[in-house]
Amino acid sequence: MSGPQIPGLALRNPVIIAAGCGGTGRELAAYSPLDALGAFTTRTITLNPRPGGPAPRVVETPSGLVHSTGCPNPGLEGFLATELPPLVQAGARVVVSVAAASVQEYAELVRRLGRAPGIAAVEVNLSAPDAAAHGLFDVREPFHMTSVLTAVLRELPAGIPVLAKLRPDVLRVVEAARTAVESGAVAVVVGGPQPAALPDGRAAGLSGPAVRPLALRCVTEVRAALPSLPVIGAGGIGTAADARDFLRAGATAVQVGTALLHDPTAAARLVAELASDDAALAGTAPAEPSPPVRPSRPVQINTDPSQEQPR
Amino acid sequence: MSPVHATGELLASRKVGAYHHLSVVARGVAEEFRPGTFVAVTVGTPGTSATLAPRPLWIHRVRPVGGHGLALQLVLEVRGAGTRWLAEQPVGARLAVTGPLGRPFALPKEPVACVLVGEGYSAAPLFPLAERLRERGCPVTLLLGAPDESRLLSALEARRSARAVTVVTRDGSVGQRGEIADAVTEVLRRAEAAVVYAAGPEPMLHAVAAAAEAHGAWSQCAVEQPLACATGLCHGCPVPVVGEDGVARTVRACVDGPVFRGDRVRWTELVR
Ligand SMILES: Cc1cc2nc3c(=O)[nH]c(=O)nc-3n(C[C@H](O)[C@H](O)[C@H](O)COP(=O)(O)OP(=O)(O)OC[C@H]3O[C@@H](n4cnc5c(N)ncnc54)[C@H](O)[C@@H]3O)c2cc1C
Ligand SMILES: Cc1cc2nc3c(=O)[nH]c(=O)nc-3n(C[C@H](O)[C@H](O)[C@H](O)COP(=O)(O)O)c2cc1C
Ligand code: FES
Repeated sequence: MSGPQIPGLALRNPVIIAAGCGGTGRELAAYSPLDALGAFTTRTITLNPRPGGPAPRVVETPSGLVHSTGCPNPGLEGFLATELPPLVQAGARVVVSVAAASVQEYAELVRRLGRAPGIAAVEVNLSAPDAAAHGLFDVREPFHMTSVLTAVLRELPAGIPVLAKLRPDVLRVVEAARTAVESGAVAVVVGGPQPAALPDGRAAGLSGPAVRPLALRCVTEVRAALPSLPVIGAGGIGTAADARDFLRAGATAVQVGTALLHDPTAAARLVAELASDDAALAGTAPAEPSPPVRPSRPVQINTDPSQEQPR
Repeated sequence: MSPVHATGELLASRKVGAYHHLSVVARGVAEEFRPGTFVAVTVGTPGTSATLAPRPLWIHRVRPVGGHGLALQLVLEVRGAGTRWLAEQPVGARLAVTGPLGRPFALPKEPVACVLVGEGYSAAPLFPLAERLRERGCPVTLLLGAPDESRLLSALEARRSARAVTVVTRDGSVGQRGEIADAVTEVLRRAEAAVVYAAGPEPMLHAVAAAAEAHGAWSQCAVEQPLACATGLCHGCPVPVVGEDGVARTVRACVDGPVFRGDRVRWTELVR
């Protein structure tokens, strides 16, 4: 099957692992070959290592998971040394999710990240509902987003496309998507965790089937307002029927997160089911040809994830 | 060891004391079993359930069942919604099972004296461990604890698999009255233990690890933390440890554990 098209990012198929839900990749590989997935999004990587927040980090709620992990990660250097090479070797299309405490830190992070071989795209995590609580830059207003994305695009080699993961605020998601394209993102990820709280009151995010209708509404809103912008839908997708709803609503691809936490084979199953599915394939073609969204810096099509990007 | 996610079948479910003993076949899970590994069982109907976190359960035994190959024996204590659902499943029910998960107990290379300490259902993985240790010529001593007799796991069987058995119950209904923490030092001394294996709630593990250190024995502790995925995907199960290099870090209970060296866990920072 020819994969869905996002400028500069040739997905193998429309099924992407959501940030923070695929472990380091090695754990998921036991259940789903990584080279069969559309792409693998890493957990959110920061410049310096982070131990993450205190327990409990992930708590069940009916049809949802409330989580506040605090972005545990080995820091950029640790990630490049220990986690990226095995992902690339396993044949994954690697989308690196990033977050930082300030605009300057975002710039430094992606400047160093951009030199590493094998990165298919960068996803800027602008949706963390507990960002401020964890000392990360809290992107609430369009001007925050512009400053982050402008800095990221300035520092990242032109061949690496930038995806903007937006807050799934139904009333403001179109405004956010417009800001993201105008700042140079090639696609938006829509439907990440809803702002929520853990039972002890700590700021957290809510994911899983409970948020699916909200996520779908966000996708339809963005699609209607910005028909040529590729949209990646996320939020409670676990079955082929769920994925089809998002693809029919105009999503170019879908991300799967919470479903993997109770069935680690969910992504592999979705890939297989969608592969034999005309409706889904039709849905992955953009409604109209996408105009170049980063006109000042032509996007290079990266088809081989192991190939180093030209600088 | 490579875990699998399989649809299994409940072959038997019976009440023994306060627990439910389940027998489950799930293709490919039992074959790779090592003592200290566990399974994660999906509760509710896969795909449509409101309950999203699987429930981790120790693998108590692996037994061939006629016509079914190897079956997993699990011991269940009903605590909340998920375990109640499992206990109510009829024989023949389909269950989504992931496993075997986690790092097992490390076995000593020499035939040294070992003390195995377990509380309640958490003693489940110690019985197959005792068998493996005996096969290696290790003298095995068991220290079993429980709130009362109905929550004491297989004390009779324990007498068959160990050289010496000490039983403590909180209400004194069988064995000594008290807690494992009160009895462990004396048991280690009598057994001249070189290695201590423990499974149970954290305060008990902490006490056992401290007693082992004071006695000069290695300890291996199986930690139970709430697990949201049990497979290493979510980073939701932090265990504060000190690495071999002396540097403090936070690792995952489900894939970096559940068995840890007792002297490596920063017990006072382990919150529930
Ligand atoms: C490695 C491991 C092995 C285990 N082995 C066994 C076993 O062999 N037999 C047995 O009866 N129980 C075992 N447990 C504990 C068992 O999984 C919990 O009692 C169970 O998760 C609680 O679920 P519930 O549906 O009864 O409670 P609920 O109240 O519905 O649980 C709510 C949430 O809290 C979590 N949770 C609550 N209590 C615990 C706990 N004590 N430990 C871990 N998570 C908890 C659950 O995972 C769930 O997400 C084990 C736990 C771990 C981590
Ligand atoms: C345990 C957990 C950890 C997550 N960690 C991250 C993260 O590090 N970065 C991020 O951008 N999103 C993170 N997310 C959000 C997911 O990527 C996804 O956007 C969201 O969960 C919605 O999809 P889902 O309902 O399929 O899970 C996390 C979600 C969960 C459940
Ligand atoms: S429970 Fe998800 S990583 Fe351990």
